[in-house]
Amino acid sequence: MMKIYDLIIIGAGPAGITASVYAARKQLDFLVISIDVGGQTAWSGEVENYTGYQFISGPELAQKFEEHLHKFKTPLKENEEVLALEKTDSLIRVKTSRSDYQAHSVIIASGKKSRELMVEGEKEFKNRGLTYCATCDGPLFAGKVVAVVGGGNSALDAALQLMKIAKQVYVINNTAALTGDAVMQDKIVQATNTTIFNNTLVTAVLGDKFVNRIKIKNRNQQEELAVAGVFVEIGLVPNSGFAKGVNKNSQNEIIVDARNRTNIEGVFAAGDVTDVPEKQIIIAAGEGSKALLSAFHYLSRNNFSD
Amino acid sequence: MAKSVKVYSTSTCPWCIRAKQFLKENNIEFQNLDVSGDQLAADEMMAKTGQMGVPVLDIDGEIIVGFDKERVKSALGLA
Repeated sequence: MMKIYDLIIIGAGPAGITASVYAARKQLDFLVISIDVGGQTAWSGEVENYTGYQFISGPELAQKFEEHLHKFKTPLKENEEVLALEKTDSLIRVKTSRSDYQAHSVIIASGKKSRELMVEGEKEFKNRGLTYCATCDGPLFAGKVVAVVGGGNSALDAALQLMKIAKQVYVINNTAALTGDAVMQDKIVQATNTTIFNNTLVTAVLGDKFVNRIKIKNRNQQEELAVAGVFVEIGLVPNSGFAKGVNKNSQNEIIVDARNRTNIEGVFAAGDVTDVPEKQIIIAAGEGSKALLSAFHYLSRNNFSD
Repeated sequence: MAKSVKVYSTSTCPWCIRAKQFLKENNIEFQNLDVSGDQLAADEMMAKTGQMGVPVLDIDGEIIVGFDKERVKSALGLA
């Protein structure tokens, strides 16, 4: 018979790891399943607002989280993606890319991922000139012509990093004006190697072995721009697709109450994947601990015998 | 005999930092190639993998794109 865990935690960012630390201290029989460790924290640049650290880099903070996770010998299934979640009677079944598990309770802390453009060539040229992480891959485009897609803070941040090293930066923004912070906008407008295209959509990413151009479209016309790199910075979407039957808001964020409960008994959620106001590392961590304490109360109250 | 390990990386990418940290923790010697400053290394990486994402690990000719800890472990023969 398949083992039944007290709890399965999906995700190992700040919310999932904090939940796991609390779960270990409560001596629950549990498992953490995650594609990566550290979540978005590992991709963050400088963190100056996580209490206790006046300054720490994202990767270093993620490393600290991971050390804390491993301190308790917590079983971690890494590089494993949850595909489906299903509740029958009091058991919740979790189906992943590698296996099947079951538990009496689940905490969904699967975070958010980059929003995709959903245009021709995007999948084909991912990591072949198209990327979602300017911090990681930007340096490979020194001296080249690149496009940044988006107009918010993350897009402007990418453009600012790239204009220092690239030959030319095109900012392709689908609204009438950039929406990121004015300080960043000013720097971009003043740069001599940056061109802003407002009211403009990217309709295709084209190339041979690597990206060599994009198709763009504004109200009046279509044209092609020769670029070697495409940096997609159009926001984030929650990793909530596998949680069928769990109520979500219009942005696909999982709806939780003040005790991190979802509409399904025994299924809790925490952090950026939820509709909690404000997405911050410290908020995600706090929500993770709250979700675990709620799950613990749920388990104690029901006294599942197995 | 120790395996030949090359890491193609940039100084800013979090997974590169983690990959290198992992190798150090396991006392694995490796050659770090910063593809942002070294065009030859960048070309070599693109030729080997047909892609531009970092990190890339070359462990005795076995090419691993991204930091896939389990694959790295098995390529290195770590338990």
